[in-house]
Amino acid sequence: MKGNVLPVTVVGGYLGTGKTTLVNNLLRAAAGRRIAVLVNDFGTTPIDRDLIVATDGGTLEISGGCVCCSYGSDLMERLMTLPAQRPDVERVVLEASGVALPGMVANAVTLLEPYRIDAVVVMADAETVQAQADNAYLGDTILRQLTAADLIVLNRCDLVDDAARERTIAWLAQQAPDARVLPTTYASVAPELLIGLRDGLTPRHHTTLQAPGAPDAASLYDALELDMSPDIDLQQLGRLLAAPSTGVLRAKGMTRNAGRGIAALHVVGRRFSIDPAPPGTAPTKLVVIGLRGRLDRNAISDALQKTSSKQETPC
Amino acid sequence: MSTSKITIFRARRILTMNPARPEATHVAVREGRILGVGSLEELKGWGAHDLDDSFADKVLMPGFVEGHSHAAEGTFWRYTYLGRFDRMDPGGKVWPGATSIDEVVARLQEEERKLASADEPLSGWGLDPIYYGDRRVVRADFDRISTKRPIGVMHASGHIFNVNSRALELAGLLRPGVNHPGVTLGDDGLPTGELKGPEAMTLVGKHIGFDREALANDEPGLRRFARLCVRQGVTTATDLANLLPDDAVSMMQRVTGEAQFPVRIVSFRRFQALPPEQAVEIALGLKKQATDRLRLGAIKLFVDGSIQGFSARLRWPGYYNGAPNGLWYTPPETIAQLYRLALQKDVLVHSHTNGDQATEMALDCLDGALRDQPAPDHRFTLQHCQLADAAQFRRMSRLGMCANLFPNHHFYWGDQHYETTVGPERATRMNACATALASGVPLAIHSDAPVTPLGPLFTAWCAVNRLTASGRVLGTSERISVADALHTITLGAAWTLKLDGELGSIEVGKRADFAVLEDDPLEIAPEKLKDVRIWGTVQAGRLFPAAGA
Repeated sequence: MKGNVLPVTVVGGYLGTGKTTLVNNLLRAAAGRRIAVLVNDFGTTPIDRDLIVATDGGTLEISGGCVCCSYGSDLMERLMTLPAQRPDVERVVLEASGVALPGMVANAVTLLEPYRIDAVVVMADAETVQAQADNAYLGDTILRQLTAADLIVLNRCDLVDDAARERTIAWLAQQAPDARVLPTTYASVAPELLIGLRDGLTPRHHTTLQAPGAPDAASLYDALELDMSPDIDLQQLGRLLAAPSTGVLRAKGMTRNAGRGIAALHVVGRRFSIDPAPPGTAPTKLVVIGLRGRLDRNAISDALQKTSSKQETPC
Repeated sequence: MSTSKITIFRARRILTMNPARPEATHVAVREGRILGVGSLEELKGWGAHDLDDSFADKVLMPGFVEGHSHAAEGTFWRYTYLGRFDRMDPGGKVWPGATSIDEVVARLQEEERKLASADEPLSGWGLDPIYYGDRRVVRADFDRISTKRPIGVMHASGHIFNVNSRALELAGLLRPGVNHPGVTLGDDGLPTGELKGPEAMTLVGKHIGFDREALANDEPGLRRFARLCVRQGVTTATDLANLLPDDAVSMMQRVTGEAQFPVRIVSFRRFQALPPEQAVEIALGLKKQATDRLRLGAIKLFVDGSIQGFSARLRWPGYYNGAPNGLWYTPPETIAQLYRLALQKDVLVHSHTNGDQATEMALDCLDGALRDQPAPDHRFTLQHCQLADAAQFRRMSRLGMCANLFPNHHFYWGDQHYETTVGPERATRMNACATALASGVPLAIHSDAPVTPLGPLFTAWCAVNRLTASGRVLGTSERISVADALHTITLGAAWTLKLDGELGSIEVGKRADFAVLEDDPLEIAPEKLKDVRIWGTVQAGRLFPAAGA
C-alpha cells in the first residue's frame, strides 16, 4: 500500500447544513482530480444533475472522472471494495449522515490500511446551530459532531448580521476549541482547503483560492510558500503547525525524510499526517493557507527554524 | 355446500383466546380454516367429517405469533453454538451451554476436526464471556485450535466478534498502531482478537464465514428457521428487518410457497439510507407481492441502538456507569416524515426504540404526524421499548400505539442492567408489561431471535417471573399473569401485525393455526411455564410434529 494511501475528507453536520452543496462545490472544483464521493443514499439527488454523466445502480459517474457511490448500510464494505473497483480514484470525500458522528466515522476509516483521514469537516448553519445544540434530543449529537471537526464550515452567514455571526464564532470557539472555523455562504470554501493542494502547483490566492459564490472570497485567504531544509523533523513541524495559534488551515510540503525517501506532510487545522510520497516525487516547498489576517507568519517561520535546527550533521 | 373435507380434532383442552368461548374440546377444520370450535355435538352440524384423535391427550392453543424475530436465527445454526445456556437447534438437538472458555475451545476443536480443507474458516456464535469471570477471550485461546485457518465467534449480543490471529492477519489488523475503540489492544500493542461494533466486525466478517451477502438471502437458513418455529409452537413469525432485495423476495416466495412449509413469515422492510417517500413506495410495491405465507409491505425503523451496547438513547440521568449517551440512527425530521407518509398510505411502521429518550422522540414524531394526518387504527408499534415509564405508556395508549416488549432481556442481561447499564431502579421497571396492560396499550412480547432463543412460551415465562440468570427478581409489580402472557404471544402479537382478524385465537373463520402442547400452560406452575412440552404445530390445517421437523 505504501505510496498509495487515499486521503479521506469526512464531511459531517446535521440535516440542512449544506453538506450536499459543499460536496457539489468540491466536484465542480475537482479540476481533473479523480474524487470518489461516498454518500449515505441517492434519494434526495446528492449530485447536481448537470454534473452527472452516467448512472449505474449504486454509482453515478461525474464529469471529469469523479464518481459518486452510495454506501447505505455498509460504509466499510464500500470502502474495502473501492480501491479495486476504482483504481483511478485519488481521493475520497465521505458525506456522513445527519445524525452520524463524524469522529466515529473517521475512526472507522483508520481501520482500513489503504486510507488516511485528511480532514474532518463539519458543517454548521450560522442561523440555527446554537438552537440545535440546545435541542433536548439532538444537542449532544450536534456538539459531538462539532468537537470532532478539524474545520467547521459555518454556513449561511448571510442570514445573520455581523454581530450574531461573531457571537456564533465565539460560541463555536468555546464548544470546539480545537476546530478552525470558516464562515461562509452557499457552502463555498476554497476547494484546496478541503480536497488538498495539488502537487507542484503554488496556490495564488486570488485565483485558485477563490471560493465561488462569495464576492469577497479573494480577500478571505492568505497563502505562504516557504523553503524546507532537507531532513527536517516533519513530525515536530506538523505538531507545531497544527497548534491553534498559527492560524494554519492547511499546509503541505514534501521533503526527504531521514533517508527513507520523500515524505509528505499534510496539516489540516489541528490534524497532521505524514505519508510516504509516491515514487518519483520531488521535494517541494511548504505551502500554508490560512484566513487572511489570522495566519501567524512569525510562528510558522519559527516552527520551520526549530525543526530544522535539530539537524546535527549537515549533509 | 362445500364438498371439501372436514376434519374435527378432539383435544384434551382447547384454549381459544376467545372470551366468548374460552375453552372447548373439539375444533373443526376445513380448507385450512376453523369451521367451528366447541363440543363434538355442536360441530357435527357442519356435516360429514373425519374425527381425528391425534390430539386427544394434548392441549391446543392458537398458533404462537412471534412478533419480533429474525430469520437469521436459522442462518446462525450453520455455525457452532457456543452459548452459556442450553439451546435447541432446528433438528431438535439440545446443545448444552459451555461453562468455561476451555469448553468453548474444546467444542471448536471438535468441529475443526470435521473440516476438510486447511484454510476453511471455522465459525461459532452465541459466546457470552461475561459468565466466565473477568478474563477476556483472546486470540491465543483460538490459536490453540489453529493458526492456519481463520476462526471467528460472534457474541450472544451480536455486537462483538472474537477471532484468532489468522483472521486478524487476513483483515489487515495484526499490526501495531491500530487505534479504534472497537479494537481491543493487548500489552504487546497488537489487537487481542476482540472486535466490537459493526465497523471492526465488517473487516473480519467475510474472512470468518459471516459474509453479509450470504446471510441476506439464505435459503437453507429460512428452512432451518421454519423448523425452529415448529418446535416452539410458532405458526406465524416476523422477520423484522430485512432489506428485501428482489432476489430475496423471490426466494422467500418460492420457499414459503412450498406445500410443506410450516410457517407464515411476516417480513418487514428495513428503513435505512432511503428518503421516506421512497421507503413508502417500496413498501407499497412489496405489499402487492405478498402471499398467505409471506406477508410483506410493512416498514421497520431504527431510532437508536442497544442498552448493553450503550448505544441506546436515554433520558436524564443517562447510563448508571456514566457512559455517554447513545446514538440516533435516524434524525427526527426523517422519522416524522416517514410516519406522516406511512399514515397517509396505510403502511404499517414498527420502530425500534430501546432507550426512553428514543421512545419519547418516536412518540413526539407520531404525535405530530397524527395531527397532520389523523389515522384511526394505525397500530404503529414500538419494538423493545424497554425503558418506557408509566407516563410514556399512557401516552402510547392515547396515540393508539402498540408495544412489543422484550422480557427475555431480564433473564439474559437483567443482572448487567441492574449493576451497570441503567441501575437498580430502571432495571426493575424495564419491560413494564403490567404497566403497559394497565395503560391499555396493546401488548406483545418477543425474543428478537437470534439475540435470544426463539420460544414464545419461554418469553411468556420471562414476563410472568421476571427472573435474571443469577436468580434475582426484577420488579415483581411488573409481572403479568399467565393468562395475560398467553394472550400477548397469540392475539396480542397478531394485533400489532394487523393480523388479529385472521390469527391469534381459535374461532370460526380464522386460520387453522394451532400450537399443540403436551402440558397445559394454565395448569402447570407459573414458574414452570417454560417447561411446557411442545408436540408441534398445525398450520392452515396441516400437521407439523416437532419430531419430524
